[in-house]
Amino acid sequence: MTTAAVSRSNGLARKPLAEILDNRNVLAFLCMLPAAALLLTFLTYPLGLGVWLGFTDTKIGRPGFFIGLENYVSLFDDSVFWLVVFNTLLYTTVATVLKFGLGLYLALLLNNHLPFKALLRAIVLLPWIVPTVLSAIAFWWIYDAQFSILSYMLEKMGLIDQYIDFLGTPNNARASLIAANVWRGIPFVAICLLAGLQTISPSLYEAAALDGATSWQRFRHVTVPMLMPILSIVLTFSVLFTFTDFQLIYAITRGGPVNSTHLMATLAFQRAIPGGQLGEGAAIATAMIPFLVAATLSSYFGLQRRKWQQGESDG
Amino acid sequence: MATVDIRSVHKAFGPTKVIHGVDISIADEEFVVLVGPSGCGKSTLLRMIAGLEQISDGQIAIGGKVVNDVAPKDRDIAMVFQNYALYPHMTVYDNMAFSLKLRKAEKSLIDQRVRQAADILGLNPYLERYPRQLSGGQRQRVAMGRAIVRDPQVFLFDEPLSNLDAKLRVQMRTEIKALHQRLKTTSIYVTHDQVEAMTMADRIVVMHDGIVEQVGSPLELYDHPANIFVAGFIGSPAMNFYPGTLKRNGGIWVEAEDGTRLPAPGNVGGADGQKVVYGVRPEHLTLSGGSSGVQAKVDVVEPTGADTLVFSKIAGVNTCAVFSERHDFRPGQEIRLQPRLDVVHLFDAASGQHL
Repeated sequence: MTTAAVSRSNGLARKPLAEILDNRNVLAFLCMLPAAALLLTFLTYPLGLGVWLGFTDTKIGRPGFFIGLENYVSLFDDSVFWLVVFNTLLYTTVATVLKFGLGLYLALLLNNHLPFKALLRAIVLLPWIVPTVLSAIAFWWIYDAQFSILSYMLEKMGLIDQYIDFLGTPNNARASLIAANVWRGIPFVAICLLAGLQTISPSLYEAAALDGATSWQRFRHVTVPMLMPILSIVLTFSVLFTFTDFQLIYAITRGGPVNSTHLMATLAFQRAIPGGQLGEGAAIATAMIPFLVAATLSSYFGLQRRKWQQGESDG
Repeated sequence: MATVDIRSVHKAFGPTKVIHGVDISIADEEFVVLVGPSGCGKSTLLRMIAGLEQISDGQIAIGGKVVNDVAPKDRDIAMVFQNYALYPHMTVYDNMAFSLKLRKAEKSLIDQRVRQAADILGLNPYLERYPRQLSGGQRQRVAMGRAIVRDPQVFLFDEPLSNLDAKLRVQMRTEIKALHQRLKTTSIYVTHDQVEAMTMADRIVVMHDGIVEQVGSPLELYDHPANIFVAGFIGSPAMNFYPGTLKRNGGIWVEAEDGTRLPAPGNVGGADGQKVVYGVRPEHLTLSGGSSGVQAKVDVVEPTGADTLVFSKIAGVNTCAVFSERHDFRPGQEIRLQPRLDVVHLFDAASGQHL
């Protein structure tokens, strides 16, 4: 009788804890704690610190004071800042359009039956695998004013009579950097879209062929709509990567000539670290946030499950 | 509507030959079923008619016109796929209207055709839904609707019912047959299910390993199978086979390997001493009393309600017998089964051909 009572009271004592752990919400919260702690330490804290610094006049070696929106007010009147915003938008837009056009084309090519398919796909990934700085240095040489292999070849082919100054004039430098970014970014787009293409059932194309669709109509009415969900994810990532690009610019032009290739990320670094104005640099970096939020939101709405994706999934 | 002629068609994928010379003539308004086990080439043949596979050798003509080099879209055929192949991003209406839209048909004509097809198939309440929101049977109907809207010369069906559950399959089988009786469009239907073939076909083409084993009406194949393969493939449960030797010594019988005497009909061909295979369908075995018939040892009894299936061993071979009356045999019980002599089949053991 006593043993029974003891074990019963033990059972009662343990019951609340076990019951709490049985609760799905509590369990989910507990399981998310480690991840949340990591995010808070390594993402939220630096982000918060950056935003805070933007409201101070901190310099390297001197703790700053809260100065409200003064940094932003001075940036508003800073023509270099607005040039850089323009550069960033131009860089992002042109590079993204090119990356998607060429990446989709490449993905469609690789989706065909080709000899050495696996090898070709591996080769396509190469530009993405090479460290950015390494490829940046390679591009720096390709674009060099005196030793450019590109100018050399074009001259030998008789297309130009004097070497092109790739990085010396603003528009040439912008175009050169965009080309380098596109070269690096295509593999990511192509491989992701290829994965998307491979999920499309071949019988859809056969049905469309029997329905009388030409190959352009099959692309337009089958491939594109079926690819849209993955396309919008890849587009978001690509826009975010391109908008925040730093390495390529800093390694090839450092923002020159005359700030014509500075992006917001490189300008923020330039002012904060070599320039010592931590507060102002942080304000420039913080100014990127609205653009990034806008890009993310637009993709969020683009990503929402389309009507045809809803419902039973036992396809 | 049109005839379809398949003339000594071959198909090879690289060095692998899958179809070795097939000849079939399909009449206008006919419903032909290609049936055979997996890998017999029936789907490949259908895809060649559709133009989805190249024809390695031979000719296919639709409505008298050779279509070997005609693109699928210009063959005026419609196909229903096994996985339906509905466009997931289009509503039921748009799925059915797609081919007419591509042909730049008048909006009013498209609307009329789609609504007409939806009426026939009972799809009117679902026109604005997406394929994902439909059940398997409804998707199947949309796939057929898409074919009907086109009003093609020939319908091709590639195992359209194999993704449905058993009950729905029986129902859709009847619907497809009723649809054909109404539209009278020449139809070619591929299946591995011989019951589907038997119930739907005007004519059945039995294929095996890339050749045509036999062509005929369902009952022709059932009553007069040309060889062991057709005999074993058509009919459910399958025919019982006993290897043995034909004896003509006073009477005619087949002596099974263990010496059991299987009675044979008097008019059968074949020489004394010839190695043969003795075939009898489960429904052609009757229970006999006394000393007539062949001794069988009961293994399992399966009552299905309508019929009773009795599995037993005759001459060491697993034997199935179907009785419409009920029996309650015990496992191990000895019974005697009498084959109906007028429907016993003898096949040459070497060639497999009917004697």
